[in-house]
Amino acid sequence: MRKTNLAMAFSYEQAMILDSAKAFCSDKSTIAAVRNLLDGETGFNPQVWQEMVALGWTGIAIPEEYGGLNLGVGALVPLAETMGRHLLGTPLISSALTAQAILRSGTESQRAAWLPALADGAAGALALLDNEDWGGDFSGCTVSGSGDNLTLTGRKLMVADGAVADLFVVSASHAGQPVLVLVEAKQLPAGALESKTLIDETKRACNVDFSGVTVTSSALLTPSASTLHELRLIGALLTAAEATGTAAAALDLIVSYLTTRVQFGRLIGSYQALKHPTVEILLQMDAARSLIYHAATLIGDGPIDSDTEIACRMAKAQATEALLFAGDRAVQFHGGMGFTYDCDAQLYIRRAQWAQHQYGDAQHHRRKLADLLLD
Amino acid sequence: MTIANAPKELPEHAEFRKEIAAWLRANTPADPGFLLPQTFMEVGSDQVLDFLREWQFKVWSAGYLGMAWPKQYGGQGAAPIYQSIVDQEMKRLRVPICFNVIGLGWAGPLILDIGSDIEKEKYLKGILNADDIWAQGFSEPNHGSDLGSIQTRAERDGDDYVINGSKIWTTMGNYAKYMILLARTDPQAERRYNGLSFFLAPMKTAGITTQPIKKLTGEYGFTETFFTDARIPANCIMGDEGQGWRIAMKTLQYERGAEAGAAGGISILSIAMNDLLNMAQDIERDGQPLLKDPITRDNLVKFLIEEQALYLAEQRGAIPALTRDYPNSIALSGKLRGTEFFRRMRQYALTLQGANGALYVGDSEATDGGFWQRAYLNNFSTTIGGGTSQVQANIIGEHVLGLPKD
Repeated sequence: MRKTNLAMAFSYEQAMILDSAKAFCSDKSTIAAVRNLLDGETGFNPQVWQEMVALGWTGIAIPEEYGGLNLGVGALVPLAETMGRHLLGTPLISSALTAQAILRSGTESQRAAWLPALADGAAGALALLDNEDWGGDFSGCTVSGSGDNLTLTGRKLMVADGAVADLFVVSASHAGQPVLVLVEAKQLPAGALESKTLIDETKRACNVDFSGVTVTSSALLTPSASTLHELRLIGALLTAAEATGTAAAALDLIVSYLTTRVQFGRLIGSYQALKHPTVEILLQMDAARSLIYHAATLIGDGPIDSDTEIACRMAKAQATEALLFAGDRAVQFHGGMGFTYDCDAQLYIRRAQWAQHQYGDAQHHRRKLADLLLD
Repeated sequence: MTIANAPKELPEHAEFRKEIAAWLRANTPADPGFLLPQTFMEVGSDQVLDFLREWQFKVWSAGYLGMAWPKQYGGQGAAPIYQSIVDQEMKRLRVPICFNVIGLGWAGPLILDIGSDIEKEKYLKGILNADDIWAQGFSEPNHGSDLGSIQTRAERDGDDYVINGSKIWTTMGNYAKYMILLARTDPQAERRYNGLSFFLAPMKTAGITTQPIKKLTGEYGFTETFFTDARIPANCIMGDEGQGWRIAMKTLQYERGAEAGAAGGISILSIAMNDLLNMAQDIERDGQPLLKDPITRDNLVKFLIEEQALYLAEQRGAIPALTRDYPNSIALSGKLRGTEFFRRMRQYALTLQGANGALYVGDSEATDGGFWQRAYLNNFSTTIGGGTSQVQANIIGEHVLGLPKD
């Protein structure tokens, strides 16, 4: 019988980040501001990004010796949740994951070369996907050659924030071994970036063709057998946190409509057909929130143990299911208005489709959880 | 720096945990040869009653019940953590329940909180040692969850109140010595809630009769209770006339676990996911355990995620920074989340049993003697009793989300 880990802690620093993130995001990322950015090229306001850098948020999980705050991945969770609640789109999550890749598998000189830059607001992106399957372990992207004459071949799909990234961490195979390669944006040949049309217009992603990029051995990170696995779990957790925040925003939108819209002479929130599923959204969001902060409690800078893996996967499975449900009902409960582009429900239902697939959908994580919990 | 965390167990607490576990192992009675209840709502025969009464008395005599209640009223005056440890170990070791739940969990803490010294003296010890069984008289026929509509009358006549009406779903009504009774003292009150009063009513009173109710499961455990010109002493009232609603709501806070103070002891047998996983391991399909079937696995993992979130909710509820947008959400939704989870999980157990899912208690081939069938059907007492899940959803919608009443 497995002993269930139920640890839950929230530090003073995490509480501070949550508070300032709430104040910042509600001020800088109003729905009007979000809508203004929908058809923009980058999907975020560079001035807002610079303010986030100035607040130290890009260095939250980077050690102090590299210019960060050294608060760990757990401290990114309240920030990601709050960004999700206000649909604040910036490369923060992508950059934080890039920093984790370098922190966890970089040499001292690689860390020194890149972590201070990332803490200082350089944008990073993880290039992991070879096809639509987040569960795949093998990379079709290859590194050929030896020593300091290495050449990449292959294309990576749906690289979040790829168009603004200064630095990519690319999963590839080299002499049959999985490797992670650091590639600077300036090394990419012309036309390497192909931006994708996403269902979620607040997010940006592109396919990146790394074929022909040449690097030296100093660009090869030295991942352990579990590094890629760990990066995916951290990605799943941060996406789960963001999705939980967005589910709460969808809930807020529904509640505000249900408490103001009158039909058949009554506020529609008085109808149990709408009230009860709205309560269900609250409960689903609450469950997701408990699970993300449990995972945030367990996760550290070191290797990820099985309790932490279970926590991250549960968080991702629950948060994305909660947001799928909340976004779907947000559209439906707005009736005819919900079918229009002007209704904000569309922002949430579209985000839900993006969030469910980032770092693996709920079914993928449940399949992994079954192996962890039932065998 | 950490501002909230799962409490670490101190050495003296760990020591006590060992002590109580050893005591429970040594003192838990052997299988009596008849079905023991999974919850306190299943005390349906004298045989079961006598068994549970003896067990509760034994636990209390050893000093393991009401540990946080004052010594002068039969408790131990200990820190609440000790009773929590006892309850956790009772749950883990699956000992019989402490059945006098209306007394231990609802009436007792209420009397401790707002009762007079005389009332504390008179009632509390009998609750703990199981001499005095308590029942609850809130629900009435035709409007179970709508307490505001209570029709049972209490009319003041000299030194008595004269009670007329009926109550339903009285747990152990046929065995109870006292009842926490909600009755209408002022039918003319402008707001119907203001016409209610709260009594600690003696059940062995002329004019009070009970009629056992045969439950969905085929067992007993509840009665309907009839009051026909039943005279109870006027000093049985708690608080003043017209305060009944407020006191009843306070009582429901204890029932829902939203307020501390209960004497302790487990009131229901824990049936958790591990039991379901064990069953899925034992059942074979196509030559392998059901636990290997991909669809079953996905469903089980969904339940495991839900169970984990249920357990974590309480801990997150203790961290104000993480509950700020809906501060009372976790407390008010606990009953709905928990009882509905168990309803679906127990139903799924029957689904996994294949054709055996249709067998019932009493059949020699029923899986685990019909344990899951009984557990599933009895679980409706929790999704219906104490306010149905649908009423709970209304409460959460209105009091947590601020949605309009219907």
